[in-house]
Amino acid sequence: MPKSHSRHLAMLWATAAAGLGAVIFVRVGLADADEPDDTAAAIQQIRSVGTEGAGSEAATDAWRQLTRGGVDQLPSLLVALDDANPLAANYLRSAIDAIAAQHGDALSTDVFADFLAERTHAPRARRLAYEWLVRLDPTTPDRLLPTMLDDPSVELRRDAVARVMERAAGHEDAGESAEAKQAYRVALSGAIDRDQVDAIAAALDKLGTPVDLARHFGFIQRWKLIGPFDNVGGVGFAAEYPPEKQIDFAARYDGKDGEVGWIDHVSEETYGNIDLYQAIKRENGTVAYAATQFLAAEPRDVEIRYGTVNATKIWLNGELLDSNEVYHANDEMDQYIVRGHMKQGENTIVLKVCQNEQEESWAQVWKFQLRVCDETGTAVLSADRPDTGSVAQNSALRGRLN
Amino acid sequence: MRVLRVVIRCVLLAMALAGPTVVARADWRGFRGGELGSVAQGPVPPTSWAAGDEGENIAWKTPIEGRSVSGPIVVGDTAYVTSSSGYRRDRLHIVALDAETGDVRWQREFWATGRTFCHPTSAVAAPTPASDGEAIFALFSSNDLVCLELDGTLRWYRGLAYDFPKAGNDVGMSSSPVVVDGVVIVQIETKAKSFAAGIDTATGQTRWQIDRPLESNWCSPTVIEQDGRAVVLLQSAGGLAAHDPLTGEQLWSFDEPCATIPSAVATDKSVLVAAGGMTALGRSADGDKAEVLWQEQRLAPGSSSPVVFRDRIYVLARGGVLNVGDLASGERLKSLRLKGPFWATPVVAGNYLYCFNQDGVAQVVDISTDEPEIVSEIEMGESVLASPAIVDGQLYIRSVDSVWKIAAPKRSAP
Repeated sequence: MPKSHSRHLAMLWATAAAGLGAVIFVRVGLADADEPDDTAAAIQQIRSVGTEGAGSEAATDAWRQLTRGGVDQLPSLLVALDDANPLAANYLRSAIDAIAAQHGDALSTDVFADFLAERTHAPRARRLAYEWLVRLDPTTPDRLLPTMLDDPSVELRRDAVARVMERAAGHEDAGESAEAKQAYRVALSGAIDRDQVDAIAAALDKLGTPVDLARHFGFIQRWKLIGPFDNVGGVGFAAEYPPEKQIDFAARYDGKDGEVGWIDHVSEETYGNIDLYQAIKRENGTVAYAATQFLAAEPRDVEIRYGTVNATKIWLNGELLDSNEVYHANDEMDQYIVRGHMKQGENTIVLKVCQNEQEESWAQVWKFQLRVCDETGTAVLSADRPDTGSVAQNSALRGRLN
Repeated sequence: MRVLRVVIRCVLLAMALAGPTVVARADWRGFRGGELGSVAQGPVPPTSWAAGDEGENIAWKTPIEGRSVSGPIVVGDTAYVTSSSGYRRDRLHIVALDAETGDVRWQREFWATGRTFCHPTSAVAAPTPASDGEAIFALFSSNDLVCLELDGTLRWYRGLAYDFPKAGNDVGMSSSPVVVDGVVIVQIETKAKSFAAGIDTATGQTRWQIDRPLESNWCSPTVIEQDGRAVVLLQSAGGLAAHDPLTGEQLWSFDEPCATIPSAVATDKSVLVAAGGMTALGRSADGDKAEVLWQEQRLAPGSSSPVVFRDRIYVLARGGVLNVGDLASGERLKSLRLKGPFWATPVVAGNYLYCFNQDGVAQVVDISTDEPEIVSEIEMGESVLASPAIVDGQLYIRSVDSVWKIAAPKRSAP
């Protein structure tokens, strides 16, 4: 017998023995979807939903049960979002929305404010709480956004940055250059989205303070490159050329058009793009490898984010993290995101970049960009990365490589 | 005689209780109206309306959060639309609007579980949702498939890219689902993972799944009736194949290169597919290969799907030209230059073809004769990439930001 049912029966017996209107308690016990055990069971059913539709029917029943209940379930539902899988999270968040929408008058700001205040909760769940809080209390942005420039929620941080940018633009419009510059710097300290970073950088540049965008985002600029290897007919993606087996920067190998060896390359492009046509050879049906040594000050988890229109495989310290045999399907910053663990000291990132033989003009691209960051997209820099401006930095990098 | 009077009274009473005569109206239940094939039933919507947000024949306009290139559907007295929002385009919205007033009845929001990159002109809300009259099946470019009952109750949620993480196209995906006999059919075709699946409308479980070519594809499945049964057509770069919607079993195929954006359309006698320009296939396949009836290069469509009406085929070519072809022979009969470019598949009501270009210019074309004529041109002021819906003489237009209802004003009671 389910635990909740036995509790209801126990309640019934106790009530009958006391002679206090057992019928009323039976009704409450059986119909009360707000009852904590019922809520916990329903949440568990939803959290069990899995791939390929597994558990969907039970999750649907649970969703119906929860949305018939009251607002006192909201704290449990919000907490349940913390480690729910993405499918279960959607059941839970839509249940929260449905309950909150049904009981607008009974909602308390405390539920959402308390949850939002605890930064260890899931970022998206906190954003959800924030949005309900804003509906209930329109003063919320004014009160809370100034404290959210470094928030783990990228959406909350974005709104916080936007407010500072507005303030900076106001100073700029008023001719208050020093105040504007200071405000833009504050905004930049929290900015992680490219559109905001670009806008801030443009404003600061205009105010005489150029921004090293590659450094801000954490794009790797120093690379060792080798290629081309053969990819005619697409054979290169699966082929395990020597750099996949061993990284030896002094070695030379048979390439597609003759012997190849590792070359040093520094990207001077604003967003760390590496044009392999320029760096290696303008040729299609080719494979290149790019390797970089990343010096981690301490062991840590990182995200490696890269963008490319070419097919790729990526390794961190010899471990294959991902492979994508996709050619010429858009080109965006952070197009691929993989997670890995860096050991303290030197770590090796290797990216295999394959160009196919498509002949369309838009397919004549063989390039990539790659950065290391945390889960919010904030740059994680190699401990030996020079702390200088973009032009000077590239000179310094070149000097060291030379 | 008294008995007769009593009978008449009873009949009159029954009629009074039943209310006014109800004229059956067709819902618009999916991309191109589902089985309506882009041709509306019933009264004809206005052929002109005011430019801007309000005015002549604009019943209402409702802004919707986020961006959308998916079409509206109308089930009963409710219009349903989807949109996507957020800097990362990862917030998915399904909104139910009162068809009479445009007021939001309910809305549901979800977090995308798949890839959310897309071309700037598109949106993660690109596929048009489908309905079986009891539930809404909303698919997004992220390959999230949501089943909501008509009142917004979540029936089930599938993350098809959560199941198959390589299923994604960073240009964006746009294939709209179809519903047949308790199965919602999705066509997910990308360079890294491709499949078509039939998913149980009641439970969300996969009933069948078949591999599809590893190529990017944006065509939507098309449901036709063949030999008294429903058949679903799946079109991709390598050809077009007919499948049993309940099992996925392939029934016949046409194995020549086809376009990967405009979807096939069917008539009583043939299937029209964008291949070699435009190809007409025999409706009843004899054996496992389709019979080619005709092929006409000059009827090649651009991005929007062809429309068949009476004995003509209407095709918006890449340059914005409307080509009219003879359905029996494939002969191109007439061309009319419109203002393009077009993404939205046009719709027909009465003798009018309603075309909406990417810049939001509506062009209503009289197609009552083989001399098509533009009868009105309206600047909507917002980009339109979605095929509109028409129900009961009411035109529902989805711009990237808003939903409009175009309808003649109701006559006031005498």
